[in-house]
Order: sequence, then structure tokens, then C-alpha cells
Amino acid sequence: MPKDQGIGASPKRREDVRFLTGAGNYTDDINVNGQAYVHFLRADVAHATINSIDTSAAETMPGVVKVFTGADFAEVGGIPCGWGVTDRHGNPQQEPRHPIIADGTIRHVGEIVAAVVADTLEQARDAAEAIELDLSDKPAVVNMAAALAEDAAKVHEDLTSNLCYDWVFGNPDDDAVQAAFDSAAHVTTLELVNNRLVANPMEPRVAIGEYTRGTDEYTLHTTSQNPHVIRLLMCAFVLGLPEHKVRVIAPDVGGGFGSKIFHYAEEAFCTFAAKACGRAVKWTSTRAEAFISDAHGRDHVTKIELALDADNNFTALRTNTMANMGAYLSTFSTSVPSYLHGTLMAGNYKTPIVQVNVKTVFTNTVPVDAYRGAGRPEATFQLERVIDKAARELGADPIALRRQNFITEFPYETPVALTYDTGDYVATMDKLEEVADIAGFAARRAESEKNGKLRGFGVNCYIEACGIAPSNIVGMLGARAGLYDAATVRVNATGTISVFVGAHSHGQGHETSFPQVVADMIGIDESMVDIVHGDTGRVPFGMGTYGSRSIAVCGSAMVRATEKIISKAKKIAAHLMEASDADIELKDGQFTVAGTDKSVAWGDVTLTAYVPHNYPLEELEPGLEETAFYDPANFTYPSGAYACEVEVDPDTGKVTIERFAAADDFGNIINPMIVDGQVHGGLGQGIGQALLENAAYDEDGQLLSASFMDYAMPRADDVPFYQVDHTCQTPCTHNPLGVKGCGEAGAIGSPPAVVNAVIDALQSGGKSVTHIDMPLSPARVWAAMNG
Amino acid sequence: MAKVSMTVNGKDASGEVEGRTLLSSFLREQLGLTGTHVGCDTSQCGACVVHVDGKAVKACTMLALEAEGAEVATIEGQANADGSLNTIQQAFQDHHGLQCGFCTPGMVMSAAALLKDNPKPSEQEIRDYLEGNLCRCTGYHNIVKAIMAASGQDVSSIAAE
Repeated sequence: MPKDQGIGASPKRREDVRFLTGAGNYTDDINVNGQAYVHFLRADVAHATINSIDTSAAETMPGVVKVFTGADFAEVGGIPCGWGVTDRHGNPQQEPRHPIIADGTIRHVGEIVAAVVADTLEQARDAAEAIELDLSDKPAVVNMAAALAEDAAKVHEDLTSNLCYDWVFGNPDDDAVQAAFDSAAHVTTLELVNNRLVANPMEPRVAIGEYTRGTDEYTLHTTSQNPHVIRLLMCAFVLGLPEHKVRVIAPDVGGGFGSKIFHYAEEAFCTFAAKACGRAVKWTSTRAEAFISDAHGRDHVTKIELALDADNNFTALRTNTMANMGAYLSTFSTSVPSYLHGTLMAGNYKTPIVQVNVKTVFTNTVPVDAYRGAGRPEATFQLERVIDKAARELGADPIALRRQNFITEFPYETPVALTYDTGDYVATMDKLEEVADIAGFAARRAESEKNGKLRGFGVNCYIEACGIAPSNIVGMLGARAGLYDAATVRVNATGTISVFVGAHSHGQGHETSFPQVVADMIGIDESMVDIVHGDTGRVPFGMGTYGSRSIAVCGSAMVRATEKIISKAKKIAAHLMEASDADIELKDGQFTVAGTDKSVAWGDVTLTAYVPHNYPLEELEPGLEETAFYDPANFTYPSGAYACEVEVDPDTGKVTIERFAAADDFGNIINPMIVDGQVHGGLGQGIGQALLENAAYDEDGQLLSASFMDYAMPRADDVPFYQVDHTCQTPCTHNPLGVKGCGEAGAIGSPPAVVNAVIDALQSGGKSVTHIDMPLSPARVWAAMNG
Repeated sequence: MAKVSMTVNGKDASGEVEGRTLLSSFLREQLGLTGTHVGCDTSQCGACVVHVDGKAVKACTMLALEAEGAEVATIEGQANADGSLNTIQQAFQDHHGLQCGFCTPGMVMSAAALLKDNPKPSEQEIRDYLEGNLCRCTGYHNIVKAIMAASGQDVSSIAAE
């Protein structure tokens, strides 16, 4: 490491000390004086009419404070969807009401039917068992194709069908696209499933609502990636509360991966119930509840077709996807299969014609929304799988076929609306070949075969659009929010700094990496800089952390605010040294007059700002605090190439990941240690999707994999040490740090490499298997080999 | 309600509990030792691992009353006497073996139990031993590396920090 502080260094994470000593402050660690506990009675059937709910017995049970049903929420709004997608005919998406508590109809297993608030959690649970429900079961709609059939039962009787929207993107001219396929020398077609997943951060969700009667103020403690967004949605759309009377605090949060972006019913409930009950109300999700109430991810069924000319150039790509929305539209649900998916279908390739069709479908399942990568893994998976299949059909080398079709000139405008500012896909592939030791593969395969195992090698590329996003562009595309971010830099009289940031850190290490930037810009020790995040009562505003946006968007706001600080501090320094502020230079925390030996220290200037005795008061306000809002000019485009090596046991179908290599281009990097860790984590989740994880529903809408005993989370012995490299760096051209974001790459880029490797292994064993749907469990692999 | 007494991190601790009160609840809610985390309800995740009479135990799988008279150690009692991180904790920080921190107490307690029985575990032995500890953030790379480092093994050849 060139230095132990500042941009590019890897200082140890300062947040680790509290996490390693049991001194973290997670939401469930918080207890409010006099708090009551809520237990939610959740639906155990997927679709039913609620004829009646009898809560009279429950209300008389020991310790019960109040029992709530849907009727108590008749006067409040539903949970809003944050993105309105316009369909191929110019019509708005179908958007059903999303109640806090079911209002007459149950639409998925896990939906809240009633809530019991009691003195203790045990009393609340006991009383919930005394609630009598009279239900009439309705047919459950689970399978997406069946849900779109003309005679299908409807999830929402007030909608015209189970279709949320039918959306077309890229080249809209069906005939022109078909002509490209008709004239192709070769067409490769692949039908595949992108398996439904549960994010499962290790910390289950928690919400604590508080109400202070004297000031009519509310506080919500919640496990959120974006407390300001929760406050805005809850106040403006659900409860109709004045925003300035509501404080939302998201303290230490134990992982999110997207699932803690969204505004959930339990948050609004606890806030509402705190006033109704006259005491704080706490809810802590069990893992069983998490499986049936946290938004799920992925769940696409896709047919993709790739057209190539006689020289193996990609000439057209067409993809048709059904994407599951579940029973209601979660906060960002409709943007995921559309603008976070269709826009990525060009991938790293100069395919001239791309057409994307997505039909989103209501079903009697838990709502589906963003999960690490959110739309981009689904795009990458189908594209990189169909390219691999094409290479096999054509007898082409899969790496050479990709290289031949790479975009090589930047900026590059794709047929699906994005303009990639920078990238070097040749460089990342070159790096991958080195890191993955492709040259040594043949020998490793021979060794595996000697041991009776099949060995396969799979590669893929990825591109993602991160740093979400330019507000005016996403606004045109249907976003109902701006997607800038904000930072306030507060310099104290003694020179220490608190930076109030709108991003939220729930594992990403912002408390370490963000101060690296500010300290580097000023030239002071990092220990003088702290960030404050996760509290609407302290942080002015922010849109939160998702879409790998924290350093690219909020970090840029922080840079802009720090630039303002430096500009003002230079004016103060100029006054102190009787010089022109244009001549002031700042280096290593010292202000000097250029070309002289006159200097004042950072601390002298900050003290002067707050003790303005010798100060240009007629020109400059005292104090040293600046805020910046930063709205990016474009998305950022991290990219890379990944390689996986697997062994397959031909007797059992068990797949073992033997090696995994990643060569990423994240642009400039603030903290390489943290970036490596982000990639590792993404790889773990991507390998989990490829081999292990599946949120499986039966035809009645029961979630079969609803605990850690049934849903296969990746464990330490499911994964290898990873080889990770990010020395290929093409800096982003439009943000001040030149950063692109790294949080999702691992999860986006890894599933196709795993599947490509397994197919390679099976074909090396003489099997004609061309595709297996994820997760590639031993049963599925064995069946494919022996089918 | 029944009275239960035990030693927690070297200090006497007692309280009134129901028969159904779990050791994890007793530690978190009555003793305020919230470093022991609860991440599931089926004894899979391992965020609640503590030591009971020197053995690693999932505190969500033991009744508080079963710990009567036992010596319990939690993450809060792991640091050195001067407050500095112990060898395992320090290795986790040095090698970025944690991100969100939620699984971390259980990981550290499991690692301590492993190294007590097996002072120089191989990579595979560590991966096998952590079968009962889930982490969703790290992909396990730096956890395994940190435990190898804590056991005094040279980890400099393991790719990427």
C-alpha cells in the first residue's frame, strides 16, 4: 500500500471495534421506556376472502393493549410504488392498493391480517392465537404463465387482469427485428429461469414506533437502507403525517442487499400504533416472518434469442421475459425488470439491434423487488448464457466470441438508451485470463478426471449501470423521486469534522472510507473526520444506499461540500495572511501564500471561523459548514470479466466451486480492502443463487423454502478463496472522484460463470446438456446428466 | 417464574425467568448483553453462539434455566483486560473479516472454540467448523483468512485481502 491514509489506502475499519466487542447498536438492541410489543397474525393461506375477524377473546387476554385489523387502517393510505412504468401502448402500469393490514382479502401467505399489541411479546403471541378468522379460500395464482391466461383467477378483482404492464424497450419495430433474425447466419435460442431468491440479511427487520404527545412528534427506529425515503413515503403517502414531525432512525443495520430499501407495512404500523396505544410499539421479525414478509428477488422466466452473421458478429438480440411482482407492488418493484434490466441488455457488446419485452405479473406470492444487482443480474445471466450457448453451437471459443463483439470505443450509445462513458473490456478480459490462470486449466482438468471428476471452466462478462441516477432521466422513465444525494460538512472550531451523509452504511464501511476522502482533500489526519448517517433528525437529507451509489453519488456530494469548505477556508486564510484568496494553497492541512513562506494551519483557520475577531465579517459569514446536493449527469458503468472452475461428481451431480476469479473495473478506488470485500460478498451470493438458493412455492401459494432449514444459504464450505483483481481502472468521467461503485458486481457477474462452467464440465464428459436452470442442485445436475 | 443464577463473563448474574425463556433472551433482555444476536428461529445461523462451561453453544437453543450455575462467556467478555481486541478479534479487523457485523459475535465465539480444540486448523477444517455460522456479507473469504491468521498461520499467499 502506498500510504496508510487517504484515497487509495486501506486503513482498518473503524466500525469494526464496536462490532467485534458486542457494542454495536442494532435496532433490536434498542428498548424504549414503557414499550409494548406487537405480534402480527399473518395469513397462512395465499388467497382468501376475509368474511369476519373476531378479536373479542384476544382483547381480554392478559397484557393486551389493543388489537388492530384492516378496519383500523381504512382511513390511511396504502404503501406506494415509487416507479410508474408506461406500457407498450402508452398506458400506465396497473397499480393495486397495498394496505397496511389486509382489507377484506388475503393475497399472499405472510400478509398481515391482524396485529396484537401487548405488554410482552409472549402475551401478544398468546393473544393472537385467540383471534378467530372466518375465511373463504379463493384459488391461488402462483405460476406466471397461468396467471396471464384469459380465464385465470385474479389476484386483484378491481384490476382488469394479472398483468401489471407489458413493456417494450430498445428497437420497437417488430418487423425490423424479425428481419434481422431472418437474415442471420445463425440464431441461438435459450429459455431459462432466473430463480426466485430471498435476500436474507443476517439481521431480521425490526421497527420501533414512538409518539410524544407533548410535541406531537413521532420517532421510528427501523432497519433501513434509506431512512429519509422511509420518512417521505410513510408521511406523504401512508399516514399523512407532517414530515417535520417525524424522525426516522436507522442505526447499525445488519445487512440489507436491497431488502431494506423498501417501505414496509410494519414500519407504518408501529408508527401509527404508537399514537393509538399511547406507548412505544416494538416489532422484531422472526426469520420465519422474514421469509414471508421481506420482499423477494429475481423470479424471471425468459426466452432470449441471439442472431449472428457468418463471421460470428452479433447482429440482433431479442428477449421476452415474464417477471413476478408478487401480490402487491413493493417500493421499486416495477423499475427492476424494466429500467434496471432492459437497459442492460446490450451488455459489453456492440449488437446493433436489441429488443426487450417484459410482462410483469401479479401472483399470490410475497412482493418481489430489488435484490443485490436488481435487474442487472437477470440481464447479465440471460445474455452471458446465450452467448456461451452460441459459442458451443458454433464451435467458437467463448472468450474469443466475446472479444470479437466487445464495445471498444467510448463513449458508446447502446440501442437500449444508455451511454457508457468509459470501460476497457479487452483489458479486464486480459486480466481475467491471467488471474484465473486459464493456461493451467488443462492440467487441472486432467487431474480432476484422474480422480473420477468432471472439470469445467466458465467465463462471462458483465456491465452494470450504477450510481443511480440522473434525476431528470429517471423522472422521464417513471421514477417518482429524485435520485441525487446530499452531504453536509460541519467543521468544528477545533478543526474536527462531522460529515452528515445521506448514504447509509450497513456493512459497506462508509465510516472508514468516507472520511478517507475528506481527510485527503484537506490534508488532515483521518481521525479528525467522522460521518453521521442513518438519522433524519441529524442528517439534512439523503436518498440512501442501493444500486452501488453511495460513493458515486453521496461521495460526490461530500466532495462538493468539502470543496465549498476549502473555498471559504481559503478566504479566511487569505484574510489572516493579508493575501488574495486566489494565491492560497492548501496542502497537508496548511494554508500557504503561493511563492512565500507565509502559512497558517487548518486549526487556526477553523478557530477563526468560529471566533471571528480578525475576520472579514462584511464579506463572509462566520462559521464553517457547507451542504451540497449532487445529482449525477449519467449512471456509472462498472464492468468486468469473471471465471469459474467447477468439479462435478458424475455419480451424485454435486458441483464444487474449485476456483473463482474476478477482474473488475470500478474506476478509481477509495479503499481497496473494502472493495475486495464487497466483491467477495457478491460472489458468495451469486454462487448461492447458482448452486443453492431457491424460494420455491407450491401450487397453493405456500412457500416451501421458508426457513434456513429449507432455503439453502451458502455456507463457508460451499465457496473457495476467490481471486479478485481491480487493477483495470477506467475512471468515471462525470463524477469528481472518478468512481463507479462496487457493491453489486459480484452478485451480477457470478451466476452465469458458474452455470457456464457446469455445462462445460458435463459436455467434457460427453453429455449433450446445454442448459440447467438454477439452482444447480445435485438432483438437477444428476437428472440432466442422466435424463 | 423461576430464579436462575450463572456466571457471565466472570461476573455473577441472576434473574427471574419463565420456563420458556431462552438463554439468548436472558442475555439480551435481562442482562443487556446485546452483542449476542438472534438471526433465525431454527438454530441455523449461529449469530447467538456463546460459550457455556467452555463449549460453543447456540444461545437460542438453550433455556436460561439450563444454564443454572454455568460459566457463560459472551462477545462482550472477549477483549483483553486493557480493552484492546484479543487475537481473534484483531485478526478479524486486520483481514476485514466482517462487514455488517451482525454475524460477527457468533463467528468470533465459534472461532475461539475451534482454536481451543484445534490450534492450527487447515482452511478446510475452518470451513467445515463454520457450518453452523451463516454470514451474508463476506462470502466467507476474509473470515476464513482471519481465523487462519489468528492461529498464527501465514496468510500472505491467499489471494486478495
